[in-house]
This record gives sequence, structure tokens and C-alpha cells, in this order.
Amino acid sequence: MKLILHIWRQKNAASAGRMVRYEAGDMNPDMSMLEALDVLNERLIEKGEEPVAFEHDCREGICGSCGFMINGVAHGPQRLTTTCQLTLRHFKDGDELYLEPWRAKAFPVLKDLMVDRGAFDRIIAAGGYISVSTGSAPDGNAIPVAKDNADRAMDAAACIGCGACVAACPNAAAALFTGAKITHLGLLPQGEPERHERALNMVAQWNIEGFGACTNLGECEAACPKGIRLEVIARMNHDYLAASCHRR
Amino acid sequence: MSTTAVAVATRKSLRFYDTTVGKKAVMAVSGVVLFGFVLAHMAGNLQIYEGPEKLNAYAKLLRAMPAALWGARLTLLLMVVLHIWSSVKLALLNKLEARPTGYVRHKSQTAGYAARTMYWSGPIILCFVIYHLMEFTLGVGGTPYQEGNVYANVVAGFKVLPVSAFYILSMILLGMHLSHGLSSLFRSLGFDHPRYTPVIKHLAIAIGTLIVIGNISIPISVLAGWVK
Ligand code: FES
Repeated sequence: MKLILHIWRQKNAASAGRMVRYEAGDMNPDMSMLEALDVLNERLIEKGEEPVAFEHDCREGICGSCGFMINGVAHGPQRLTTTCQLTLRHFKDGDELYLEPWRAKAFPVLKDLMVDRGAFDRIIAAGGYISVSTGSAPDGNAIPVAKDNADRAMDAAACIGCGACVAACPNAAAALFTGAKITHLGLLPQGEPERHERALNMVAQWNIEGFGACTNLGECEAACPKGIRLEVIARMNHDYLAASCHRR
Repeated sequence: MSTTAVAVATRKSLRFYDTTVGKKAVMAVSGVVLFGFVLAHMAGNLQIYEGPEKLNAYAKLLRAMPAALWGARLTLLLMVVLHIWSSVKLALLNKLEARPTGYVRHKSQTAGYAARTMYWSGPIILCFVIYHLMEFTLGVGGTPYQEGNVYANVVAGFKVLPVSAFYILSMILLGMHLSHGLSSLFRSLGFDHPRYTPVIKHLAIAIGTLIVIGNISIPISVLAGWVK
């Protein structure tokens, strides 16, 4: 099949970028979006042109490295699917696709379709962990966890930190990501002791990084390849407000 | 997770009002109070269907308690200021700062028409409130005004077609504003539940619609000659 690809090309963080049109003929519909770019890049290299830079690692939808906008939708039109898992058969022969990097002040473009998501790492560093001494492993099942809480924590823990929520949000807010981490840790007994501090610090860091504010539109939920629910944002707000009241 | 981590920024704690979550909570709480006023105001207005004596007596009753009246007015004013302050701050962040370079192509995945129009339904409702106070409280709205005769003022005011049209438009926008705000505020204040949230969403739309119908029935009745 043949695709017309309009790809954002930008040499480096300092330079200005632009959309460039490529005709990618002879594509196998069973290839993933990233494999299509691999093929395109091989052809570009053969012609002596600069290949398109994009992030990837696992290519099986679990690491959170990949992702760009495909026709204005984060990770493309297929719900609950990362870019690496999106196959070309979801498009029609001759389709025009616009590939753009995530856009947010907190996610500066490094090159082409690659952005710097270090802001997410700093949000995690602000409180996305539990402070326990590691050493000897505790007994399994020593701390009982309610089934419902374990399930909800697990659902929130499915977040792979890809950044699609920020990219899809009209406000470039980091609410779904931050909420997922706060929910995943705070619902479990090991994360409970630092629940308030975590909410205060992670929300503060999200704001310091320059992400926008959540206006409850739900674009993030629709874009999330891991099906993280808006519920996690409510829990983050709850923890943050409770922590603000309790703070001494 | 990101492959391009750099040094961890020094963490300074932000005060409640400095954070987006804090401002959203301020917006939610002030919004609830203003919604309560909208509801009470509509209940009062609907007494127009019981005739001039009833409505004018109600208006007189409110004025007979100056302390309560001014207490309520000042509270509402404070809520309006807080609501506008928090929304302007967040709107500036969201619209101007958070995404300096936009997308060439962008497609919305959710329907949320009311949610998306909050930015302009809000300012139009503010203009409406100002004109509404000028017309019926201060008597400087350009329509006939008699001190103390609320009924006559309403009828005379709504006989002017552009005034009625502006009221009707503003009420539709208010209904849309509330249909998003009334459910959104629950999440802003930390509540979301798979069983109740869908119900809250429907209720918010129903309440928003009722407020539109209740309030626009008055100018329509005046224009149609049912209330004279
Ligand atoms: S490359 Fe790992 S999720 Fe796509």
C-alpha cells in the first residue's frame, strides 16, 4: 500500500521545524507505524538524506518510549494502542498521515518526532516512589490488601508514561499521568504513609514544569493507550486537597 | 519512561493557590455558591406567574432585610471575584503558556461541547450579569424603570426584543456553562465514582436545561403577551 506522510522535521532543539511531505509507496499493511518509518528511513539513508528521528524501545506497547501525533490524535486512531502497536492496515491505500511530535512547553522537541519527557521523570522524583528499606524480602501476604484496592492500583500502574495524555490535552496538563502514579501508590498499604506528601510534591512539580491545568475534558482518557481512567485525577485532587488541609 | 532524564530540579513547594489543583478547587467552590444563587433567583422570578402583587411583595421582603441582603450581595461578589480570578489565571496558563507551538492537525476525541466553550460562555455571562444589574437593580439599562415595581419593570424590559433576545442567549449559555461545571466540580473536588459519576453528568445536563427553560420562559411569556 501507499501512504503520503507529512512529517515534522526539526534538526535540533534550537532550530525551527517544518512539515515535510514523503510518498511512501510499497508498504506492507501488516507493518507497524514504526516499521513504516524504518522502511522510509532506509530509503532516505540510501538517498543520502537524514532519517526521521523517533523514540522506540520495546515495540510491544509496554515501555512507553514511542508515540507521536497521527492526524491530530495521540498514538493514532486506534484506541488503547501505542504507536508501535498500530498497524498500517487501519489506514487506507493512499491515505495522507500527518505525523507530529507531542506538543507542550514541558516537552521540548529534541529532533523530528522526539521530545524530551524529562519533566515526567522529575514529577516521579518528586514523590512517585515509596520510602522503604530494601534488603531482606518481606513475607508474601504479610500485609493484607483489599481486592478492590489491589485491582484499582494495578489499573493505575498500567501507565507507561508515554505522554499521550499531555499531548492530547488541549491544555497540555499532566493530570492523568500524575494522578495515575498517585493512585497506584496511594491505594496500597506501602504507599499510604506518604500519601499526602506525595500529592503535594508531585502536583507542585507538575506545575513547576509548566504543564497546563486540568479542565476535565477527558481527552487524555480517550488518548491513553493503557486505558487509565479520569478517576485517577479525582483521587489526586482529593489527596492534594486533603493534604493541604492537614498540612501543619 | 523517558529516555532523556536530566538533573532533578530543586523542589520548592507551591502554596495552595499557586497550584492548578488549588485554583480549580477555588473555582469549584465559588461555582457551587453561584449556582445556589442562580437556583434561588430563578425560584424567586417564577413568582411572576402568580401576578404583580406576589412578585412585588417578594421583592419588598428581600429589601426589608438590609443586613441579610448586603451580606448575600457581598458574599456573591466575593464568589464572582474568586471564580473569575481562578479561571482567568488558568485560562492564561492553558491558552498562552502550556503549549507554545500548536499542532498542524488536531482532532478532538470527546464530544464536550459545553466544556470547550467555557472560555467564552463565562465572559458573556459576566456581561449579561452587569447589564442585568443595570437594568433591574439600578434602573439604568435603557428600559422603563419604576422603583419598587419589579413586575412592571420586567414586563416593560422584556417587551424590548433585543433585550429579550440577549437574555435568552445568555440563559442558554448559562445552561451550557452549568451543565459542564456542575459535574466537573465533583472531580475538581476529588470525587469520581463509576456508579455515581455518570448519574451526576446526566443530572448536571438536566439541571442546566431546567434553568434555561425556567428563565427564558419569562421573556417568552412577555413577548407572547401571556404575562402583561
Ligand atoms: S516502543 Fe515501547 S511502547 Fe511503543
